[in-house]
Parts: sequence; C-alpha cells; structure tokens
Amino acid sequence: LLDQHRDYVLRTVEERGVRLVRLWFTDVLGNLKSFAISPAELENALEDGMTFDGSSIDGFSRIQESDVLAVPDPDTFELIPWSEPGAAEARVFCDIRSLDGAPFEGDPRQVLRRTVRAARDQGFTFYIAPDLEFFYFEQPTDGKKPQPLDHGGYFDLTTRDAAGDLRKETIRKLEQMSIPVEYSFHEDSPSQQEIDLRHTDALTMADSVMTFRLVVKEVAASQGVHATFMPKPLEGVQGSGMHLHMSLFRGDENAFYDGDDPHALSAVAKSFMAGLLAHAAEITAITNQTVNSYKRLVPGFEAPVHISWARNNRSGLIRVPIAKKGNPLATRIEYRSPDPACNPYLAFSLLLAAGMRGIEQGYELPEEADANLFEMDDAALAKLGITQLPQSLSDALRTMEQSELVHDVLGEHIFEWFLRNKRREWRDYKTHVSQFELDRYLRSV
Amino acid sequence: VTIASEAREAREASMLAVFADPVTPDLARSLDLAGFSWKGVASADEAADSEPAAGWQGVIIDCTTDPESAWAFARTIRKSGGSQIKVLILVGGAQLGDLQLRDDLFDDFCLSPFHPTEFEARLRHLLWSVGDATGPRADLVEYGQLILNLETYQATIAGRPLDMTYMEYELLKFLAQNPGKVFTREILLSRVWGYEYYGGARTVDVHIRRLRAKLGEEHAGLIATVRSVGYRFGQSRWAS
Repeated sequence: LLDQHRDYVLRTVEERGVRLVRLWFTDVLGNLKSFAISPAELENALEDGMTFDGSSIDGFSRIQESDVLAVPDPDTFELIPWSEPGAAEARVFCDIRSLDGAPFEGDPRQVLRRTVRAARDQGFTFYIAPDLEFFYFEQPTDGKKPQPLDHGGYFDLTTRDAAGDLRKETIRKLEQMSIPVEYSFHEDSPSQQEIDLRHTDALTMADSVMTFRLVVKEVAASQGVHATFMPKPLEGVQGSGMHLHMSLFRGDENAFYDGDDPHALSAVAKSFMAGLLAHAAEITAITNQTVNSYKRLVPGFEAPVHISWARNNRSGLIRVPIAKKGNPLATRIEYRSPDPACNPYLAFSLLLAAGMRGIEQGYELPEEADANLFEMDDAALAKLGITQLPQSLSDALRTMEQSELVHDVLGEHIFEWFLRNKRREWRDYKTHVSQFELDRYLRSV
Repeated sequence: VTIASEAREAREASMLAVFADPVTPDLARSLDLAGFSWKGVASADEAADSEPAAGWQGVIIDCTTDPESAWAFARTIRKSGGSQIKVLILVGGAQLGDLQLRDDLFDDFCLSPFHPTEFEARLRHLLWSVGDATGPRADLVEYGQLILNLETYQATIAGRPLDMTYMEYELLKFLAQNPGKVFTREILLSRVWGYEYYGGARTVDVHIRRLRAKLGEEHAGLIATVRSVGYRFGQSRWAS
C-alpha cells in the first residue's frame, strides 16, 4: 500500500507539473510551519525524510541534537488551490522523527497519533467535528482597535456582503482541499463568521484545522482583509470558540448511542463525559492557551465558565445535542470551551485521553445541570458540586502542572516546554500596564 | 516501485470467475497449468460479492451439468457487466443447439470434454482482445464524463482534472470499476483501505462526501447513497 501511495504522489507531481512541494508540520504552540522542496527531491523525502535544523522551531529544541527528520505522510498530499497558474504547488503533512527514525518527542502530530492508537487498541475510533469561529477585520494598524467589515448579527444575510463572498470562496477552497463543510453563517458579533466542519477521525481533523486556519487567512488576505482566530478580539461582544462535537465508534456502531437509555446515551458516553469533566480544568491550558483565551471564558457571552453538562443548556461545558430523528449515528457530545487559537493535535489528544480515562476507570457522570448556572450564587453551585474552569492562563498552568494525565499524554518534553513557555507569556502579560489601568487609576489615585 | 505495483495490479486484473457445478478436476487443472488465477462462483450474487477490485477479467460458464441455471447466470453477467466481460461457454456435443439465439450471452465456446490445449488457446485468444497480463492492459476506466487513467493516476470529469488524495482516488477507482453495484461501508473499507486502517468505517462516509464535493454539484449524483446499506456508483445494475 505504501509503495502505491508513493507512486501516486510522484506520478501526480509529474503529471500536474508541480513545481514546489511544501512540507508542513506544526510546532508545539500550534503554528503551521513549512519548508519547500523541489519535485526532484520528493522521492527521496518520501523514502527517508528530509533533515532540518529544529532548534529554532518552538518546542523542538533539544540539548544534544538539533537536527530532526520531516517524513511526509503521503495520504495528506494535495495540490494547493491558490498556487499561481502554471506553477502548481502541493503540500504534504509530515511526521517529525529523530535522526534514528524514532518519533520525535516534540512533535504534536505524533502525540495525537499515539493517543488515537491507544484508543484504537481498545476498539474505539474517535471522531470529531469542530465549529470554527473567527473574525474578519480591516488590515490591522498598530495601536488601533480592530475594525469590523460589517455590523451584521447572527444568521444575518447582509446585502453586498463582503464577508459572505469571502466565506463562500473560503468554503470552495476548503472543499478542494478535502475539508467538507457542514454549515456556515454570520455569527453573533460584527464581522464574526462560523464555519462548521463535518466529522472525521481526529488525526485527519487536526490536519484539517491547520489547513482551515491557513485557507481562511489566505482567502481574506487576497481581498485585503485580515482574518483572525484570536479568542476575544472585541470587548463586549462574543469571542471566537471552537466547539468540538465528539463521538466514539466501534466499527460501524456509535458507541455513544444506547436506544434503551432515556436520553439515548450509552454507558460509554457517560463515562467519557465524566472523564472530560473530571479532567477539564487540567487540560484547559492546552484547549485555551493564550492570555486572551480567558477573556472569552466569562459569563454573558455564550462561553462556558462552569464545569458541568446538560442536554439543552448552553451555559455548561458539555452539551448533549439532541440528534435529528434520534439518529444513532449522530449521537455525540459537544465540548464548548476550546478556542480556535489552540494546537488542535494537543487539544484533541487530551480530550480523547481524558474521556478514555473516564471509560477505563468507570467514572460516574455527575447530575445534569440544566438551570442557568450564571444566575446561581457560589453557595448553590458548591451544593451541586459544580466548579469553575480556570480563570486565567496562570490558573490553568498551575492546574496543568499537577496533572499526571496531561504529563503522560504530552510526554515530558512537550509538557515541560509548554509550561516554561507559557509561564513566560504570563509574566510578560503581568508586567504590562494596560489602558484599563491608566483610565481607571491615573487621575483618581 | 512502479514495476512491482504494476505487476501486482496485473495479477489482480487477470482473475477469472468460473461458474460450474462442480468445477471438475480437469477444468481446475487446465486453468492452473495455464497459469490463470481463478475463483469458483456458485451464483450471480457470489460473483458480484467476490469480484476483485479491477473486475473479473473473464468468466467461464460450464453448461454441461445444469444448463438452465448456467444460462441464467450468463444472462445476469451480461445484464450487469455489459459486453466488456468476456464469457467462455463449455457445452456438451448434444447441447450445441442451445447456442442458437444466445449469441449475445457468450463470446466463445468450447466443446466439453475439452482438449486442454484447445481450451487454453481459446481462453488466451478471448482475453487477448481485452488485454490481459501478457498483452496490452486496459488503462482507462470511463463512466459517462468521468475518465480515470490507471497508469498516470489522473482523473478528469467533463475534461476538468480532479485533484484528489490517494485514498480518494483509490475509492473512486474502485467504485468506477464496479458501476451499478452496491457496497457496504465495511466492504469498501476492507477493499480500498485494508482492515488495518485506524479511521474506522465512518471514514468511508467522509471520503464519499469529499469525492462528491470534488466531482461538483452536476456530477455528485454519480455516487448514490443506498439507505441503510451503503453506496453505489452510477446507475443501478438491476434497473431495466
């Protein structure tokens, strides 16, 4: 099979006149990295990988040896739809390996591969479908607030809708790159968009999220517009989340579905949810990795604050959507805290591992919290045993540091590097004197 | 690399279906000695189910023991596969009259009991005309406006090139080589991906969805969803 894979890639490069092959991979913070090779080198790259110096890639640096190998995954080979006519380009995602061929411990894609494999060993395939939110702004200028393109609202169909055209073109390019779109619409905030993808297995989806972010930015830039996945770019309106719809399948059967349960949820689904709830605070530094992420996780903007679940309550962390016509295949849970600025490989890995831990150790699912949690005081919440997600990056890092689960899933290298890097980010933020403080205190104190 | 995979493809492509009740030792030995890969099939359903990815290279039908079901089988093969599938009929001397008015159901015949050398010569000649392992190979799969070039791995729809990942290409190839047939997700997964794939059976849905998007609205209907069964490429074989 692998031989034919390689054949297919090499022949396509030849037949379609590909001039440049871009090797893509992801650093620990979730930034897409790329270097280009000429088609002549591709056969060699597919066979042995390409050596490069990893020391300047975030999270790749090591003490003894800085060179690593990028080994293309031929199944992800695709022509890039925005290449110049007559100078076709292609991309292929890579796994990063050490020079001795072992998976490189700093590579997020390998973390997800490992986690997915562990679930498969138990007979489960993990499917995931993200709802990705983002904003279109005019090209940013330093020191100026971001300028929206429109002031439309939820589901608005604005006339001469520049953002609508951008969205349409984006979807066309996504589909060309094998990323099927389920819905797209104008979100609640000015110039805010949402594009919902159809589920795939987690590794494919993590690759797709990386491609998605690039496509959205590319298409916007081609029209002189800036697209951003910053979690909370505008004060006072909703931020951008990445709700994740998740399910486990055993072969053709949805392991989350049980027709005999009053809510059609299986024991597997309940333990998986219990695992997510139990470890939610520990994994939040990964699902919400910026200082800005925590300005989205506040009451009043449809983002979760409390660690709870419910069937039809959007204030909780996990929502169990009612499947259309009770369709067993559509039974799933929606995890609502992550934002689109996270590293999808690491976030998906931790969500899967947390859920699997719940299944393996038979965690009990707490009571459903169907009241509006934002209207309850702390005493009432404490009585229900409902706690809050971390309130800041600093909080989240402290909780993560104590987590054996996060340590085991990420591995020592990424765990340690991530904490160090993010603590520095927090320190930089903490020493910054903001406009808020100047406005509030300069004159009054 | 290329030569090895071509040889493998060629081997797969030369699989014969043998409908006989039973496959006599003489017949089996003749086929084996002549170097053909073959598989006995007891019914049209079985022939459809065990059809290799590249389709049957040819079909041998023994009419000597149960002529009625043998001719019925021949009719089904013609109906479902058209005239591309080459059919060789084995008939007894007293049955030659049965060939009358059935010219559409077979491409050649051989008197049974047969002379092994004659049988092999007829079979080779028959398969030569469609190109078998030793002759020129059919490199194009065409269906309506869809063309797949198996040699270059390229595909076009209405003249427009289709950009696909390898697995999308393999799935489309498999479907286009078996038009009109309904496949379950498990069958597609095992035939196209192989069982070791970690994506699971829903992966098939994902790839079908991608293929439809790439074929474009106009041609997305080439792949039909057969409710609670699976997928079918092109028109149903059984529709009249």
